[in-house]
Amino acid sequence: MSKRLTVPKTYKLFIGGAFPRSESGRTFEVVSPSGDFLANAAKGSRKDARDAVVAARGAFGGWSGATAYNRGQVLYRVAEVLEGRRAQFVDEIVAQQGVTAAAAGAQVDEAIDTWVWYAGWCDKYAQVTGNANPVAGPYFNISVPEPTGVVAIVAPQDSALLGLTRVLAPALVAGSTVVVIASEAFPLSAISLAEVLVTSDVPGGVVNVLTGSPAEIAPWLASHDDVNALDLTGAGALEWVDLQIAAAQTLKRIIAPESGADAAAPRLERITALTETKTVWHPKSRV
Amino acid sequence: MSFLEYAPAPESRSILSLRDEYGLFIDGAFRPGTGGGFETISPADESRIATVAAGSDADVDAAVGAARAAYDKTWSRMSGRDRGKYLFRIARIVQERARELAVAESLDNGKPIKESRDVDVPLVAAWFFYYAGWADKLDYAGAGADPRPLGVAAQVIPWNFPLMMLAWKLAPALAAGNTVVLKPAETTPLSALIFAEILQQADLPPGVVNIITGAGATGAALVRHPDVDKVAFTGSTAVGREIARAVAGTDKRLTLELGGKAANIVFDDAPIDQAIEGIVNGIFFNQGHVCCAGSRLLVQESIHDELVDRLKSRLSTLRLGDPLDKNTDIGAINSREQLERIRELSRIGEEEGATRWSAECEIPASGFWFAPTIFTDVQASHRIAREEIFGPVLSVLTFRTPDEAVAKANNTPYGLSTGIWTEKGSRILAIADRLRAGVVWANTFNRFDPSSPFGGYKESGFGREGGRHGLLAYLKSGAQK
Repeated sequence: MSKRLTVPKTYKLFIGGAFPRSESGRTFEVVSPSGDFLANAAKGSRKDARDAVVAARGAFGGWSGATAYNRGQVLYRVAEVLEGRRAQFVDEIVAQQGVTAAAAGAQVDEAIDTWVWYAGWCDKYAQVTGNANPVAGPYFNISVPEPTGVVAIVAPQDSALLGLTRVLAPALVAGSTVVVIASEAFPLSAISLAEVLVTSDVPGGVVNVLTGSPAEIAPWLASHDDVNALDLTGAGALEWVDLQIAAAQTLKRIIAPESGADAAAPRLERITALTETKTVWHPKSRV
Repeated sequence: MSFLEYAPAPESRSILSLRDEYGLFIDGAFRPGTGGGFETISPADESRIATVAAGSDADVDAAVGAARAAYDKTWSRMSGRDRGKYLFRIARIVQERARELAVAESLDNGKPIKESRDVDVPLVAAWFFYYAGWADKLDYAGAGADPRPLGVAAQVIPWNFPLMMLAWKLAPALAAGNTVVLKPAETTPLSALIFAEILQQADLPPGVVNIITGAGATGAALVRHPDVDKVAFTGSTAVGREIARAVAGTDKRLTLELGGKAANIVFDDAPIDQAIEGIVNGIFFNQGHVCCAGSRLLVQESIHDELVDRLKSRLSTLRLGDPLDKNTDIGAINSREQLERIRELSRIGEEEGATRWSAECEIPASGFWFAPTIFTDVQASHRIAREEIFGPVLSVLTFRTPDEAVAKANNTPYGLSTGIWTEKGSRILAIADRLRAGVVWANTFNRFDPSSPFGGYKESGFGREGGRHGLLAYLKSGAQK
C-alpha cells in the first residue's frame, strides 16, 4: 500500500487578522539545517509593513480599551490553544532548527509558560507600576501606566517560537498592538503562532506578523511615523544603530538588541518599557 | 491712573551679591573657562547682568572627569542616609536664600517675581526635600533587586524655569547616587551659578555636581561625551531628536522632556469662572514659556462666544511690565530670538486666516515684550494650532461632541499635557482615559509637585520627572546584566 501523500501548508503573512500573500508576490525558500526544502514563505515588502502598521493602529483602540481582565484571559487562551497544538510546533521547530524533539518540546513548553506568566500580569502591572501621589495641595493625583501604541519588533533570530513569544507577549499585556518581523531563518512557527492567535480571540490587527528579510523590512518600520516604539531585541545582526537613528525622528521608544539564551527573558521591565505613565490631577473641594 | 493700576512695587535687587564674572563650577570650585565668555542680560531692559564662561570641549571633559572621580571615590560609596542628608541641607539653604534666588531668576529670565517667588523657588526646595528622603530607601523604589545608580549623568536644561529644571534634574540623580554635569541654558545661567554657591555652603563633596555654562555646542559636547552614562534633556523636540540620534548605539540611558501643544478642553457644563482662570494660567503663566502650556483651547461650540468674551475681559486686567514688580502678571519674553519666533508665528496665524486679538497694554521701550494674544477662527491645519509657539499666544478651536474633542486634542505629534473642564465626573474619567498625554489636568491646569510624575507621550519625549517614576530614570537593577 502506498504511503499517504501529505497536504503541506502555504505559509503566508498575517496582517489585520487575515493571511495574505505578500503584495510583492515574492516568496523565499525555507530550508532545514540539512538543506531540505520546507516551504516557500512569503517575503514581506515595504508595502506589507505599511499595511501592517495601518492594521495595528486600527486595532489599538479596541485592544487598549479592553479590560485588563479581558486581555489576561485572551493571553491565557493563547497558552491553552498552544498547548493543544504542541506536537505541531515541536515538529516545525525540529524541522527548521534541526534540534532534537526534546529540545523543541522544551522550547514549546517554555513558550506556553511565558504566555501564562504574562497573561497574569495584565491586571496587575498597573498596580505595581502606578502610584497615588501625595501632592502638597488639595488635589486627587494618580499616575497610571498606559500602552505606548503601535510597537514594531524584530524578533530574536535564533529561535523559532520562544524568542518570538518573549517579545510579543509583553507588548500585548498593556494593550499595545504589534508588527513583528519573524526570524528570517525560522519563520514558519511565527505563522503557525498567528493561527493560534486568531483562534484565541486576539482581535485582528493586534498582532501582525511579517516574514522575510528583517534587513529589508525593519528600516521601513523604524522610520514609520505611526510607529510608537521599536523593539530591536532580534536586530543585533542588522545595522541596528541606523535603525535607532531613524527611529529618533519621531522619538520612538527603543529596546536595544539582546542576544543569547536569556534574550528578552520574562520580566516586568519588558512590559513597562512599552508603557507610558499618565498622571491625572483633580481638585478636591473644601466641603 | 485707573482702579486697576497700582503704584510700582519692585522687589529690591539689593539682596543680590552678584559677581561681575562667573567661571565654570567644576570639582567643587569656580574656575575660568577656556572657551571664552558671553554676557547674560536682563530681558526686561537688555542690561548686562554678568559675564559667564562658555564651556569648551576641554572644559566639558574636565567636568565629566570630576564627576567620574567623585562617583568612583565618594558619591557611589556613600550611604544613602548621608546622600539624603546632603540633599536635605540643599533644600534648607534654598529656603533660606529663597528671596535672593527669586530675584535672580526674575532678573535673568524675565518672569514675574510673584511666579519665581511663589512657584519656582518653593518647588525647587520641595524637589530636593522630596528626593532627599528617597536616598536611603531605594530598595523600595521598584527598580528591581539591588538598585544601583547609573554613573555620571549629563543634564541639559532650558531657560523657561532655570532653577526649577535644575532641581528636577539634580535631585533624583543625586538621591539615586549618580554624579552630575549640568548645563544651564545660554540665556539663563545666573540662578544655577548662585546655586553652585549653595552647594559649597552645603559642603557637597567636590565633583558630585558640576555646572558648566555655554551655548548649544557645550551641551552637544556634554551629551556626546563617551564617559557619560545617562543623558537627561529638557527642551525642544528638534534638539531632542538630535540627542536621540547622538546616543543611538551607545549604552547611555536617555530621558527627554520635549515640546508640547496641549489641548485645554472646555465643555459647556464647565465651572466657567474657574475655567477662565485655568485657561489664563494655562497659557499666560510664565509668558507661555511652558512646554505643557494649554496653547490650544478647545471650546464646545455653544459657549464659544461667551467664553472668548470673558477671556478677553480677564486678559485686559493682566499687568505687563517689570518682572521684579510684585504686581506684574506678564513679564518679559526671555530673549530676542524667542520674541522673533512668537512674532513670526503670530504673523503666520493672521496670514492663514485666524482672527487676532491682543490685550491693550503699554509695551516698555526696551527689552523683549509680547502682549497676551488670542487667536479665534483657528483651523486644525493652521500652524498656530500645530506648532509650539512658546509664548503668550492662545489658539481657540471649537468642537461639538466629546468624540470630536478627543480626536482634535490627540491630533498632534505631541503628547505632554491636556486639560479638561467639566462638572461631570464620569466624563472627566472617560476623556482622561482617551487623551494621549502624560499629564491630564481636570478642572485645574499647570500644577506641579515633586511627588507627581511629569512627562510626555509620543514626540513630547519619554521618561518621567517627579515622584517614584522620576527616581527610576536614574536607577538600574544590579540583578540585570
